[in-house]
Amino acid sequence: MDQLSSNLLLQIALCAYCAGVVGSLLAMRRERIANLVGFGCSTVAAVSGIGAALLALTVEAAPGAAPFELWPSLIPYLQLKIKLDPLGAFFLLIVSVLGLALSLYSFGYVRGFYGRKNVGVLAAFYNALLLATTLVFTAANAFFFLIAWEIMALTAYCLVSFEHEKTETRNAGVLFFIMSHIGTGCLILGFLLLFQAAGGQSPGDYSFDTFRALGATMSPGRRDAAFLLFLFGFGVKAGIVPLHIWLPEAHPVAPSNVSALLSGVIIKTGIYGLTRVLFDFMGTPPNWWGVTVLTIGTISAVLGVLYALMEHDLKRLLAYHSIENIGIILMGLGAALMFLHTNHPVLAALALIAGLYHTINHAVFKALLFLGAGAVLHATHTRDMEKMGGLIKRMPKTAFFFLIGAVAISALPPLNGFVSEWLTYQSLLQGFGTTDSLVRLMFPLSGAMLALTGALAAACFVKAFGITFLAQPRSEQAAQAHEVSPTMLLGMGLLTGACVFLGLFPTTFLALLGPLTQQLIGQPLPAYLVQADGWVLGSAKAMGGTVSTLGIALMGICLLPIPLVLWLFFGRRTRVRIGPTWDCGLRGLTPQMEYTATGFSKPIRMIFKALFRPRREVQREYDYSPYFAKTLRFESHIEEAFVTRLYRPLNRTILRLSRRMRALQAGSIQAYLIYIFITLLLLLLFAL
Amino acid sequence: MNTLFSIILQTVLLLALSPLISGCIKNWKAKLQNRRGPRVWQPYFDLVKFLRKDMVISEHASWIFRAMPYVLFTSTLLAGLMMPLVNVSAPLSLFGGVLAFVGLLALGRFFLALGGLDAASAFGGMGSSREMTIAAVAEPALMLAIFTVAITAGSTNLSQMLLAAQGPTWKLLNPAHVLAFAALFIVLLAETGRLPVDNPATHLELTMIHEAMILEYSGRYLALIEWSASVKQLVLMALLVNVFFPVGIATDVSATALGLGLLWFVLKLLALAGAVVLVETSNAKLRLFRVPDLLSAAFILATLALLSTFLFQ
Repeated sequence: MDQLSSNLLLQIALCAYCAGVVGSLLAMRRERIANLVGFGCSTVAAVSGIGAALLALTVEAAPGAAPFELWPSLIPYLQLKIKLDPLGAFFLLIVSVLGLALSLYSFGYVRGFYGRKNVGVLAAFYNALLLATTLVFTAANAFFFLIAWEIMALTAYCLVSFEHEKTETRNAGVLFFIMSHIGTGCLILGFLLLFQAAGGQSPGDYSFDTFRALGATMSPGRRDAAFLLFLFGFGVKAGIVPLHIWLPEAHPVAPSNVSALLSGVIIKTGIYGLTRVLFDFMGTPPNWWGVTVLTIGTISAVLGVLYALMEHDLKRLLAYHSIENIGIILMGLGAALMFLHTNHPVLAALALIAGLYHTINHAVFKALLFLGAGAVLHATHTRDMEKMGGLIKRMPKTAFFFLIGAVAISALPPLNGFVSEWLTYQSLLQGFGTTDSLVRLMFPLSGAMLALTGALAAACFVKAFGITFLAQPRSEQAAQAHEVSPTMLLGMGLLTGACVFLGLFPTTFLALLGPLTQQLIGQPLPAYLVQADGWVLGSAKAMGGTVSTLGIALMGICLLPIPLVLWLFFGRRTRVRIGPTWDCGLRGLTPQMEYTATGFSKPIRMIFKALFRPRREVQREYDYSPYFAKTLRFESHIEEAFVTRLYRPLNRTILRLSRRMRALQAGSIQAYLIYIFITLLLLLLFAL
Repeated sequence: MNTLFSIILQTVLLLALSPLISGCIKNWKAKLQNRRGPRVWQPYFDLVKFLRKDMVISEHASWIFRAMPYVLFTSTLLAGLMMPLVNVSAPLSLFGGVLAFVGLLALGRFFLALGGLDAASAFGGMGSSREMTIAAVAEPALMLAIFTVAITAGSTNLSQMLLAAQGPTWKLLNPAHVLAFAALFIVLLAETGRLPVDNPATHLELTMIHEAMILEYSGRYLALIEWSASVKQLVLMALLVNVFFPVGIATDVSATALGLGLLWFVLKLLALAGAVVLVETSNAKLRLFRVPDLLSAAFILATLALLSTFLFQ
């Protein structure tokens, strides 16, 4: 019975998602019913998905869940085989936890679309996306994986373009579509290389079981080619720099529950793919793989957070932070690859855990922040931070949840972002001793860049929280905002709870990752990882350093009486008055006098001028002296260097080439026949 | 029981000693500038005065404004409890090493900056923006310098780092440590708002950083913030003197060892405070946008420190 249950729960989840798709499409004309059916089904599915993942990671971890066929295959080569192994189960856990919180949130959130948009279609695509993602994480066959991958990309495209009446949304959707397909193309080539190496004869050669540790048998050239193809293909989906340009366009324009899903889970499918291929299939990696992944991770982290700081669109800011966090995850994975190369499996396990722990942490706090942003958007109808302010008094609960998310993503103790970055630091620092070559300098230098990233992220979230929620409202909409509905708060509260749990009880959670390192590296969790009966998190060696977030939190509470004692001793007779803020003798402060989001990040814009190349225009109209301007118009604009220097020239070249090619397609049948004839001849020659 | 005792003792030491260091710096600075200056005890009287005063809180402020002093005070004390001061084993060394130490200081700064924004005044926003910027540029140099020491010691646990520093291989003029010390000294000036970066003595609107953030605070909240600032200064100074000059730190808990350790600790702190005073009196404040240059110099020093561990092994 035990053997069956995780598979059974998984099947229930899949069926419930399917029911959600069908049900919400059937109930399309009745939006209330469509809402209830669609998101109800996904809630049920998510709960049973969580159950399946937890079972697979605990009681069924040792024997491993048996594979099963979703459908008897009708076409040769296509086996719809599903296997819930520890790696897949871990990602299934991520998608299900998020699916639960987001579905609860969606009940309230999509009411904003009533009468405007078709809620049934939204719910159907939402269920389809969750279904496809679940299949991506559990598919045990390359063909099936790619089909699920494509369904995921297409449904994600439909959800991104949900509000397609806006030009911005349509453009973002198309960009997402194109980038995603370039990535898929690379993946197909990569899998073909693996297929060839596996023998390339029988349909079973597409199964993940035959791919396992296949890299050792491949020639180095093919192996490197496959690595690059997979890095590119999965990298596009994960949003690594410089393949990230679609991400800050596509994630913000989607409805906020979908944005949370895209940033929380869908980009993690890239991480899943990389982990699956690099650790499961490719065997012991050469050194430059790890170096490349670590470098890309470091660059993505720093650039992601720097561009995020320049944003004053709340959701775009969060989207850029996804790039940053993918970078941090890749730092862990890259370090793990380097340790595998130098044959340090314990350290590799530590670094892999660091990366994967950050994966779930990022999923949780980023989804929370997107839901918070969605609540703000719901209440103020704007994404522009310069029009917000003072929301903490109008939406206190949302503000609290957003604050927890902000503290977590800024890697501040005692929440979860801190724990996974701590693990990353530990693996980077201990990596210094693993090799004698100059490469080891990369570890502390990436560590320093991780510190820069963390500090900039803190600056960015002081801005995001401070400008959005604190001080006076900067616009009429913000002044009239109200708290959102209870189900939305419940969704956010659930994720807040997850942030706190993952932050305070890392040792409890990390026990789930034991089967995973066993599967991928053949190594149980490092022996010193859990110390003092689970109170203290350690690293890979005995005296390497420890941390206890729970201890820090409890100790902090113990220290709180000190100010109270001080008050009892000195300040019992003091009174508190509420007064106006110091306004330098003017007649009261107005919201225009507050610091703006753009102003807040100005020093950073100035320091990293060489990177941002900000364009500014100032127009003054004055009578006597420029210091007494009558009107002043200021415009500042930043375009990403990758867009202006890389993608736009590339785009122009492609367009120019295709104009040339147009001459080939003149419309005469005779010419086309000749083309076909020449192609045939060439193919025959090639075959000879 | 022993741990509980040492936690209480160290908390008391942190709270009691930190205003004295601030007072000494103020007094000596005045002496060097041919002024009489406030007494070294003045910060204690200031704290008591603030604690006894009524508070005025801005009408725009939210609960963040009220929670901030407590978060800042607690997180700074927690960071202080992770730092070995007199004895080689810090009371909370099991709960976190140097990474948690830096993280807790960052937590305090995060809330400090939010508190600055909360009162809707442009000064607060300006201060928060500058504080977060400078912290961001200082962080890589700080971490890299710490990593250099941590890699040599093989641990991020501060007590382990100190033990390693006391071993027979420790040399006073190890090039890696000299360079890392120089980098950390610059970071110390930036993090504690000292002169070439921020001027602790003025309320000049256009240049202030720390003062701008806490402009709206008064009464006991201000006392908590000022006290946290001096505790933070003390623990950062302790990081420098104890990790790089591990002379006289008690390795056991006998009364004589602890007494001697305390004496050494205070002497080392005063020497470092003297160095800070010299730097403060002999330098003018830098323009805000020149500060990153100074901090990138610190980063380069830390990188060189790292390189030299690699070269001189």
